[in-house]
Amino acid sequence: MAEKNKENVSFRNVNENPCNMCMPMGGILALKGIEQSMVIVHGSQGCSTYMRRHIAEHFNEPVDVGSSSLNEKGTIYGGEKNLRQALDNIRKVYHPALIGIVTTCLAETIGEDIERITGQYLIDKEMEEFPIVTASTPGYGGSHFEGYFFTLKRILMQLTEAAEKNNKINIIIPNISPADIREIKRMLALMEIEYVLYPDFSDTLDRPFAKPYTKMSNGGTKIADIRSMGGAVATIQMGITIEDGISPGKYLEEQFGIPLYNIAIPMGVESTDVFINTIAEITGKKVPESMKQERGRLLDGMIDSHKYNFQGRSVIFGEPEMVYGVTKICVENGVFPAVVATGSQIGRFNQLVTAAVADCPEQSKILIETDFSHILAASKEGKVNIGIGPSDGRYLTEKGDIPLVRLGFPIHDRVGGQRLLSVGYTGTMMLLDRITNTLLENKYKSYRSSMYEKFYQQG
Amino acid sequence: MAGELAESITERDEFIVTKGKNKKQLKCDTDSSAGCVSQRACVYCGARVVLNPITDAIHLVHGPIGCATYTWDIRGSLSSGAELYRNSFSTDLKEQDIIFGGAKKLAAAIDGLVEKYQAKLVFVYSTCIVGVIGDDLEAICSAASRRHNIEVIPVESSGFIGNKSAGYRAAGDALLRLIKPSESAVFKKNNSINYLGDFNLAGEAWIIHNYLQQMGVELNVTFTGDSHYTALKSAPKAKLNIIQCAGSMLYLAGKMEELYQIPYIQISFLGIEDTAASLRNIAAALGEESMILKAEELIAKETARVEDIIKGYRTKLEGKKAAIFVGGGFKAISLIKQFREIGIDVVMIGTQTGRKEEYEIMNELVDDGTVILDDANPAELEKFMMEKGANLLVGGVKERPLAYKLGIAFIDHNHDRKHPLSGFEGAVNFAEEVYSTVCSPVWKSLTALGMESGVTNHG
Repeated sequence: MAEKNKENVSFRNVNENPCNMCMPMGGILALKGIEQSMVIVHGSQGCSTYMRRHIAEHFNEPVDVGSSSLNEKGTIYGGEKNLRQALDNIRKVYHPALIGIVTTCLAETIGEDIERITGQYLIDKEMEEFPIVTASTPGYGGSHFEGYFFTLKRILMQLTEAAEKNNKINIIIPNISPADIREIKRMLALMEIEYVLYPDFSDTLDRPFAKPYTKMSNGGTKIADIRSMGGAVATIQMGITIEDGISPGKYLEEQFGIPLYNIAIPMGVESTDVFINTIAEITGKKVPESMKQERGRLLDGMIDSHKYNFQGRSVIFGEPEMVYGVTKICVENGVFPAVVATGSQIGRFNQLVTAAVADCPEQSKILIETDFSHILAASKEGKVNIGIGPSDGRYLTEKGDIPLVRLGFPIHDRVGGQRLLSVGYTGTMMLLDRITNTLLENKYKSYRSSMYEKFYQQG
Repeated sequence: MAGELAESITERDEFIVTKGKNKKQLKCDTDSSAGCVSQRACVYCGARVVLNPITDAIHLVHGPIGCATYTWDIRGSLSSGAELYRNSFSTDLKEQDIIFGGAKKLAAAIDGLVEKYQAKLVFVYSTCIVGVIGDDLEAICSAASRRHNIEVIPVESSGFIGNKSAGYRAAGDALLRLIKPSESAVFKKNNSINYLGDFNLAGEAWIIHNYLQQMGVELNVTFTGDSHYTALKSAPKAKLNIIQCAGSMLYLAGKMEELYQIPYIQISFLGIEDTAASLRNIAAALGEESMILKAEELIAKETARVEDIIKGYRTKLEGKKAAIFVGGGFKAISLIKQFREIGIDVVMIGTQTGRKEEYEIMNELVDDGTVILDDANPAELEKFMMEKGANLLVGGVKERPLAYKLGIAFIDHNHDRKHPLSGFEGAVNFAEEVYSTVCSPVWKSLTALGMESGVTNHG
């Protein structure tokens, strides 16, 4: 059963080492996946800078994000002047095709009506056709995970029209790596599918070195494509854990009658099968031979590693959707998910994970809305020997001697977070290898000395 | 609109000067303009940076989760004792706390943490919304202080009340409260000195401590690298304050002079020239003949040890051009001299929070044509680095990917680094780091002929 850390009464009052970020962070990530877009964070300067720093460190990319730089005056008399100035300056320097505005604790607490402010701005500038999308993302309103999906929904609400029917499938993705996004696109190309992938930060946050440098990067979901998502054949949304209220796919279904297939991230055999089968079901296309081969190789590799994996007792932590995906991989491969944890508060997570771990020989501990201090305690209790999640899990390594397989966002103490491939049959194999090899490395590191100490008796 | 040339932002004009070209006074030390993509963080950040290295304190952020997440153990301050400071505690305010106030939660959080960690010192950081919802931090902290008979000090660091400098001031006020002797205490001055503005990144304060010891100078306490409650309490006893990071510590030093009659001198341990001058100045200020002699011995010995190594790098680096964009002015000034030591001229220099007097010194030190700018943004950094033909940039995490995307070398001069840049050891590390990035073979690949050239080089 999920525990909201009832054993520690003080938890409701204090979070010890957070396992989540705040809402506007998710909003920025979502908007970074839109073609030629710029983001303005409506709040004090620090919010934007902290988030830029975090994103830049993970992706190793310049991350330019504007701020309305609210000061004392703006806080007392309202931030309209600041926000308008921010819009002017961002347009001047970056010439974006779209501007997204996310709010912060400060802006929401002083009651800023950003829709009115931006609406008036566009009228005054005589540019009513220009797309400004807004999302209320107070930091106290939820984690970055909710902020991400909520912003995606808000963009659809403001851009998508009842378009003519087209042959495309909407593919809505969670916060996965650029390498993962590219892998999903490769799979879709193999299946010869027409699609709109939303949002797409595979290029915008992982661009090739090229001269000359441009402030705005190429790539991202095209604005025209977002507008036409209301005419798609179906929506496949990798957001099985999210609630309807923040679900962009649900919005498209309710508003435009687009059938929604809400699935898990294709991680592991079963979840990837679901992805492929869903595409086949929607389009009637056959699964290409090469895809079957990829699947076969994954199965082959799983057998090769299964005895090593059986020794794994994992703690899985991070964003709900990613955690659920990894849990499926662990369960499929006999790595016991001893602790499954997220800092977000997501209703469906508990139910889904409970079902996923139902057949495990022991009871998993599920932690929602938790922090690293609790994750560490549960990991020690659960005799965990491998951690899977973002870099902040290094705390578990330091305090609990738990080796860490870095995955998800953010990865700030190693390079290549943006290049980690973990989805689809091929990506699953690569992630599984990272898990297995970490278990092996840890075992080989000490087995000579540990056996010696255990059995050797002098004389 | 795409394709138009980026226009510069007019309100930024006053913050940028070119030496020798315009006589106008550089504007600095003011709020960032909205939408300018400032690289600055917020008041809270400034305060946290200064106070966080205090090792045995509970650092509790009263606010929504993000502020605590983005500042959890991201700094490289080292400790010789307690590790408590490496945790990030947050009251994790949620929507209902914003409506009903967070006072109760905060009081309970302090109680829970003090009980769990038995600390003698708690810093409670105010964030943006606390300033707005009106929780009476002062009252809550003094009540908690009485309840537990320890120091619970509020840090007035609401993000919108100014820029990062305001945070330094807030930290200074918190430190002044901490070191204030109780009414009954009898204070006896001794011959020791306090070292202000070293955060013991990668052990830098330890290096300086060793130098002082060799000179026969007694170091009382460092603000705040590797400091702790008891040591800080003894601060008023010192005879002299030496300040390295002036931006963050000048206010505190001024107050300590006023309250405890401790004079201060500004020093810098960045680069051989400044390190040697600083050691001499400290000895001279203390006025003891033996110290002056020992300082000269130390300087002679250490200079002899590192001189040739640095000369070696100089021959490889002579004639290269550097761009500097760092947090504070003292660092920028030292870097100009330090680059000179390895044969490099500075063509662009700026800071996030430099003061007028510091910019005047920079202006004196650099050559004609050098661009000097305050609170720069990525667009400006890009423009002037390209215009001036910079070969490398010195900066922080957010600036790094920009330099790399421009094909320019980069030096990490931020709080995150894992190697010391202070003193003679640091001077060698610095030269080595510059060499490692400027002379890396990777740049050759960028100018290689490429795929279109048809070059094959068959064996």
